[in-house]
Amino acid sequence: MYKILRKKVLNPTVTLMDVEAPLIAKKAEPGQFIILRVDEAGERIPLTIADYDREAGTITIIFQIVGATTEKLNQLNEGEYIHDFVGPLGVPSHTEGLKKVAVVGGGVGCAIAYPIAKKLHALGAEVHSIVGFRNKDLVILEDEFKAVSDVMKMMTDDGSHGEKGLVTNALQALIEEGNVYDEVITIGPLIMMKFVCKLTKEHNIPTVVSMNPIMIDGTGMCGGCRLTVGGETKFACVDGPDFDGHLVDFDEAIERSSMYRDFERHKHEETCNLFKKEVK
Amino acid sequence: MPNMSLKKNEMPVQDPMVRNGNFLEVALGYTEEQAVNEAERCLNCKNKPCVGGCPVSIDIPAFISKIKERDFEGAYQIISKSSALPAVCGRVCPQESQCESKCVRGIKGEPVAIGRLERFVADWHNAHATEKPEKPVSNGHKCAIIGAGPSGLTCAGDLARLGYEVTIFEALHLAGGVLVYGIPEFRLPKKIVQNEIENLQALGVKVETNVVVGRTIEVDELFDMGFEAIFIGSGAGLPNFMNIPGENLKGVYSANEFLTRVNLMKAYRPDSDTPIKNSKNVAIVGGGNVAMDAARSAKRLGAENVYIVYRRGMSELPARKEEVEHAEEEGIIFKTLTSPVEILGDDHKFVTGMKCVEMELGEPDASGRRRPIVKPDSEFVLDVDCVIMSIGTSPNPLIRNTTKGLETNKHGCFIADENGLTSREGVYAGGDAVTGAATVILAMGAGKTAAKAMDEYIKSK
Repeated sequence: MYKILRKKVLNPTVTLMDVEAPLIAKKAEPGQFIILRVDEAGERIPLTIADYDREAGTITIIFQIVGATTEKLNQLNEGEYIHDFVGPLGVPSHTEGLKKVAVVGGGVGCAIAYPIAKKLHALGAEVHSIVGFRNKDLVILEDEFKAVSDVMKMMTDDGSHGEKGLVTNALQALIEEGNVYDEVITIGPLIMMKFVCKLTKEHNIPTVVSMNPIMIDGTGMCGGCRLTVGGETKFACVDGPDFDGHLVDFDEAIERSSMYRDFERHKHEETCNLFKKEVK
Repeated sequence: MPNMSLKKNEMPVQDPMVRNGNFLEVALGYTEEQAVNEAERCLNCKNKPCVGGCPVSIDIPAFISKIKERDFEGAYQIISKSSALPAVCGRVCPQESQCESKCVRGIKGEPVAIGRLERFVADWHNAHATEKPEKPVSNGHKCAIIGAGPSGLTCAGDLARLGYEVTIFEALHLAGGVLVYGIPEFRLPKKIVQNEIENLQALGVKVETNVVVGRTIEVDELFDMGFEAIFIGSGAGLPNFMNIPGENLKGVYSANEFLTRVNLMKAYRPDSDTPIKNSKNVAIVGGGNVAMDAARSAKRLGAENVYIVYRRGMSELPARKEEVEHAEEEGIIFKTLTSPVEILGDDHKFVTGMKCVEMELGEPDASGRRRPIVKPDSEFVLDVDCVIMSIGTSPNPLIRNTTKGLETNKHGCFIADENGLTSREGVYAGGDAVTGAATVILAMGAGKTAAKAMDEYIKSK
């Protein structure tokens, strides 16, 4: 059992938790993930590590409430326990030797982009952060990103905060202004990453994406997280989660992510009924 | 006078057409009368050929003699001297190719049903034992076991009985390895596995779940933590795929994923949050025990037609005969001499069919089995909406990639000597992590051998 030491509501659909997990905190690196199970009947879901504190022995997770499991997780409070919590899994993000990087985050994906931006900044790289959200109410980690970025672009779909537009608009503008990036790192919805990669491919900028497909064990055992990368099948849990974005078959990944949509919808409704909450 | 019947006492089973709709255990077990009657068939041979066929050398005639005397607890005590998991092995061991294959009664007629008797004795003990085993006096030495599967559990049990402080590190949230994620409830009820693990815990074995060695902690750190010898029983968990077009369509599973969803995550229960695809027509590619488990699970989940697609013939199926028979009785359709070439999907990338070719058997290959050859112009499409790939597994690379000086072969299996010693001092390995995918009992045998060697190693230090 893993104790929740802090819970913070970042916006109506996104929550942060610090979880007591000293062994994981000792090893965790940006880009890696954990797998958790909320209770005895719970499914195993992967969540990327948003931050870690080796001394306090904590792992920070930031999750969006999208289904039954995240709904149940969000019902837990400080002092309560998560049934299972295992990691750190996956290969850490490659951050060494980069001098100028654009970090492009979308929605809750910013929670994963942030520790990478932070590490790059700490390593002395010039960090340009582009973060996108649907609207003002959904913005998370704005101050945190500002603190580690040399350039910061805040984008919202409706223009209610920062600039109106997509992250790709901002990235394109920065490239056209003459910024030459060693690498673009992008984390967010699959469709966003797909279009970021399309843009960077045109400009020939190496691009890393962080994939978060359906998985069970996270150690290479089930193969449920498989992706096609450069024509080869890769397991996101052990070969990734970071991949060369120009080689990832995003259309296949988008299709695979919808495999259990009906079941998930049904389970979410059931869970919301349980908590007497309206399904959004 | 011995019972000279040429036939074994039949195992009472659930009716096939009832059991293929539930996850309850198929075989119901002998009654006391059946067990004693079957035990009477044993001739108590002086040279005990059956013992030579047992990877953990259980004194088979001795425990059977106790059954004849109706001293069932006495029988259990004899088995438990050699085997840490009798209730498991009585169910999943391939006895027909081990102990029972050496039985003198098998020369004319059927051998003594040793496996069924082992199961009876273990179940009798579990139903009647009131006390858990006692924790032996500690010898002050610590051993670490990586992986709570059959080899690790056996190794842990043997070391604990010798007085070692044993800690098992398990990557999943539950101990048992393939016994809990792979082998289905209807063949091995999970409460039996749970009971065996509780017995180990009563011996003082600590089980640390949710620890991935190679990620959460590394082998070298275990030495720093004061463990003097380490056993790696991390299994062969990486699923193989065929690398044919369409394998990433929705509805294509590895047998590992499919069985893990069903067994470990209990996807067949309505209260489980883990989804599994509801399929009407399912093809399992492969012919081993795991393929049979997947096929029979798919049937129980409600599939109308379940096919075993295997490139050789019925007589070449690697699965145990009993498993094949059970599958046939439950209505599994065997498409042998058939090999998939492509999986077909719809616009939404869900599986709609599997393109196959027919095969015929040619000359024997290096393995001595006749090589399957494609029949010209034999292509056809099998109407399925789910495909389960059950064509074997490989060892997980996590430990070998994070531990210096640990040698592996070209298949990624740890290289270990006959005592389980690897290329690193104090590090032992056994089970599928060394042999590649094999059986529960062979893994247990390896765990046992390694425990003995680890004891000698620590004592000699």
